[in-house]
Amino acid sequence: MGLLSDPNRRRALISLLTRLNTPICLVCYMAGVAWFMGLAFEPFTLRTYMSENAMGSTMVEERFPAGERALATGREFAAHKKKVGGMPVDWLVKTMQARGLEVFTQSFSRTLPFPDENKERYMVKGTNVYGILRAPRAPRTEALVLSAPCSPGDNNQAVGLLLGLAQYFRNQIYWAKDIIFLVNEHDLIGMQAWLEGYHHTNTTGMDWSPLQGRGGSIQAALSLELSSDVITSLDLVLEGLNGQLPNLDLANLFYAFCQKIGVLCTIQGKLQRNDWDSVSGYSHAVQTMMLMVMKQASGRPWGDHGLFLRYHIEAATIKGINSFRQYKTDATTIGRLLEGMYRKLNNLLERLHQSYFFYLMPSLSHFVSIGYYMPAFGLLTVILLLRETHIFTGRYLSIYSACIGNSPLLIKYVSSQQSSPGVLSVLTPLVISHLTGVALYTLPIRFQEMAVEHFPVSETEAVVLTAIAVYTAGLALPHNTHRFLSGEGTEQGWRVLKLVAVLYLAVLLGCTALINFSLGFILALTLVPVAAFVTPHIPKVLSAFILVILSPACTLLFSVFFFQELQEMPVSFQDGWLLYLSVISQGILDHFLYGSLVYPLIALLVYPCWLLFWNILFWK
Amino acid sequence: MIEGLALLDLGVSPYSGDVFHETPLIIYLFHFVVDYAEITFMLADVITAVALYLAVKDYNKQVFRKQKFALEADRYPLDCLELIRSPKEMYYIPLKVAMFYLLNPFTILSCVAKSTCGLNNAVIALFILSTIKGNVLLSAIFLSLATYQSIYPLTLCAPALLYLMQRQYIPVNFRRASFWWFIVQYAFMYLGSLFVIICLSFFLLGSWDYLPSVYGFILSVPDLTPNIGLFWYFFAEMFEHFRLFFLCVFQINVFFYTIPLSIKLKEHPVFLIFMQLAVISIFKSYPTVGDIALYLAFLPVWSHLHRFLRNIFLVSCVLLACSALFPVLWHLWIYAGSANSNFYYAITLLFNVAQILLVSDYFYAFLRREHHLTYGLYLKRKDGSEATLVLK
Repeated sequence: MGLLSDPNRRRALISLLTRLNTPICLVCYMAGVAWFMGLAFEPFTLRTYMSENAMGSTMVEERFPAGERALATGREFAAHKKKVGGMPVDWLVKTMQARGLEVFTQSFSRTLPFPDENKERYMVKGTNVYGILRAPRAPRTEALVLSAPCSPGDNNQAVGLLLGLAQYFRNQIYWAKDIIFLVNEHDLIGMQAWLEGYHHTNTTGMDWSPLQGRGGSIQAALSLELSSDVITSLDLVLEGLNGQLPNLDLANLFYAFCQKIGVLCTIQGKLQRNDWDSVSGYSHAVQTMMLMVMKQASGRPWGDHGLFLRYHIEAATIKGINSFRQYKTDATTIGRLLEGMYRKLNNLLERLHQSYFFYLMPSLSHFVSIGYYMPAFGLLTVILLLRETHIFTGRYLSIYSACIGNSPLLIKYVSSQQSSPGVLSVLTPLVISHLTGVALYTLPIRFQEMAVEHFPVSETEAVVLTAIAVYTAGLALPHNTHRFLSGEGTEQGWRVLKLVAVLYLAVLLGCTALINFSLGFILALTLVPVAAFVTPHIPKVLSAFILVILSPACTLLFSVFFFQELQEMPVSFQDGWLLYLSVISQGILDHFLYGSLVYPLIALLVYPCWLLFWNILFWK
Repeated sequence: MIEGLALLDLGVSPYSGDVFHETPLIIYLFHFVVDYAEITFMLADVITAVALYLAVKDYNKQVFRKQKFALEADRYPLDCLELIRSPKEMYYIPLKVAMFYLLNPFTILSCVAKSTCGLNNAVIALFILSTIKGNVLLSAIFLSLATYQSIYPLTLCAPALLYLMQRQYIPVNFRRASFWWFIVQYAFMYLGSLFVIICLSFFLLGSWDYLPSVYGFILSVPDLTPNIGLFWYFFAEMFEHFRLFFLCVFQINVFFYTIPLSIKLKEHPVFLIFMQLAVISIFKSYPTVGDIALYLAFLPVWSHLHRFLRNIFLVSCVLLACSALFPVLWHLWIYAGSANSNFYYAITLLFNVAQILLVSDYFYAFLRREHHLTYGLYLKRKDGSEATLVLK
């Protein structure tokens, strides 16, 4: 390759990169941000289309009649729920059996690492009830799931609709897959227990009784959340655990049916607008996309469907929303919509795989695929690579410029001046940063009892406040490590450390963006400027302040406020702070309950990386 | 391995199932040590490290001696004195080689995974040690053991011959009788021990069906499980009609570089061993990260070339990033189902390209240093202006 072996061209390219490094970095950053914002601009997006051939045009008429009866069943369910004080297992079993399903139950229990606000206790026990509608003619190799979580006080209409649909489906002969109607208790914990039992895995340490009945491999799943008798719009929730999204075909299916039946459909709670060329129309699309990015970056499942995605099962949650609009949709229409969706899913020959798995949706009818949004992230990573080459050539250019045409004695003098620093001076900050990260990961849970004894806080608050305390303690590190190391750091030492840290950050952000693009992009937005411009020579107080503002914890704080703003529910500072604390506790809990990777990623990898840059700032 | 042992215990030939592809001597070795498998693999790694340590120490002594003779004979131009290596700088190199091998994450990974690559590496390291010490018989025996395990170390014959001839002061000249006589001796010892080992395997198991299972498997690549090599993706999409042709092309690729490299590097057989090991581990049909760890362990021996290396920064960044991306894309493909084999193969290709760049960079640096030692460090064109060296 000419570029790598021709020394003249190399030297020209390297000198160009070194001279123009800062302007190119700034341009790349602006370009990356502009590209990202431009993704929501409608001419740059594609209209959604159905990719799976098997779900193409089937001209069927949906005929579900029993909406009112479903609502009555829902009211009965509510009454029994209030009487029992939890999940009315016996009534559910009896009702499902009356509708001709094979009914089974599963009991589970889980010890929480610390009680959160919702649960208020350490041990969570519950029962899932599910009924299987066997396909009349086909072999029992595939299944579809319709689930409705049993939450205290809400969601009764969903369970009623589920039972009504069960009765209607039982009388049809065209089902080729088994349909499993699942009512799970304690939302995600119950769903996790059911899925683990179904697939014979045990990744999160939950206790559950084995499932007595199974239905074959699950092809798709829908989760229903309906809290009122009539609704004005249906909301689709796609984001799952660790930012995983279902196949876009499922969203396309939902949108197609909403159009056919004439129900208003929204995504992120926002209705689509047609005026993309006006400023307010564009900002509406940007808000929708940013909501999706925020939800995906948090890594938590935003509906019961989020846990299905890990098992290769495409799933989505459909929420019914009752707001102040004139046109109301009743339960029969929702039933017809679900019937239509399930009939289409019934026709699937293989799992949904034709359409995209990585996408962003600025509205329900437009999407941005990975090929379009990755360059935004790529531009930010290029900044890191440019900085790397700048530091690397900066070290050696000074030696070579002294070498050209000089006597050997001068060369020896120059090279002994710039003796490479010992491995120890680079290794020490690395090891100490990672030990702090490990402390941030393990200490909050481990010391919650001790904290509760000594301070008047609840366990949840103890965990969160310990985490914040460890985080802030890490800021004091550079002043202490320098007391251990002999004297102050050398001039070359911080350059080597910065080389290692920038490379580490680039690899880390790359891997994160591949798994969860939104998290990678948000981290890149804040950490790349930090990485590019931190040196020991910039003014200390101002840059320390900027570094703290751009650290992961403050990014999370601003994201919480931004998220509330986007949802048009702005909060005051007090409420926002409490919300921030609860977000941290939810993140830690998600990690222990469902295996979410956001908390270990930030505590064990991103935070030590940021600490390395903090170390470089205070190198002298 | 466990399946092979189980079948052996039942009295059935272990190769009748399609899973076991190791040689009979290995299966008998494991018959005795299967309960101590972890210790066996750790022991193999330690043997490799110790063998490499002793071999590099001896090699350094010879390099220094040759350099001293050349200095006394005044063969180096005056301005390349800084390229001369000093004992002080060479003192820690054997220790660094051993540490490079033992602390390499790839070595640790293959030890934890209990891959038989550790045993292969141990045999090759013992072969290198016996060659450098000058013991012709042991070198031939270990080489035949290594070839018996997997066919590719056959290419290490050429550097071993060159080194041993250099050590015994036999000139490498096609017209000399001593040259041919030495080759005949070595070939006799090598083929003899290979024959003995193969017949021993036959008598151990009582049949010849291990030959197609072991060597047929390596050569004809029937199993296309994804690994870090280049073969699986190609052969997964190949039409049956052309399979034999591409199989021959891919396999010849491994053996093809021996002759040109031997001709170019006939004065420097140990560097030739390094290049050959790298070529084998990149182009063989089922590479593992343990193979890569073996040739990476040699890098401290050539640390004096660092000022001539041009792409080392880019290559090391790419190798690091690819190693980090391998498990991520594997997870996305197999567990999340969101990616497909193209993503994984892209990273495999990038990884192999980075390895090739690394090896060719070291080759360039080595040749350039030799050139400077002959013609001087600061090159002048005929009119006295400064010249630059370009590798065409």
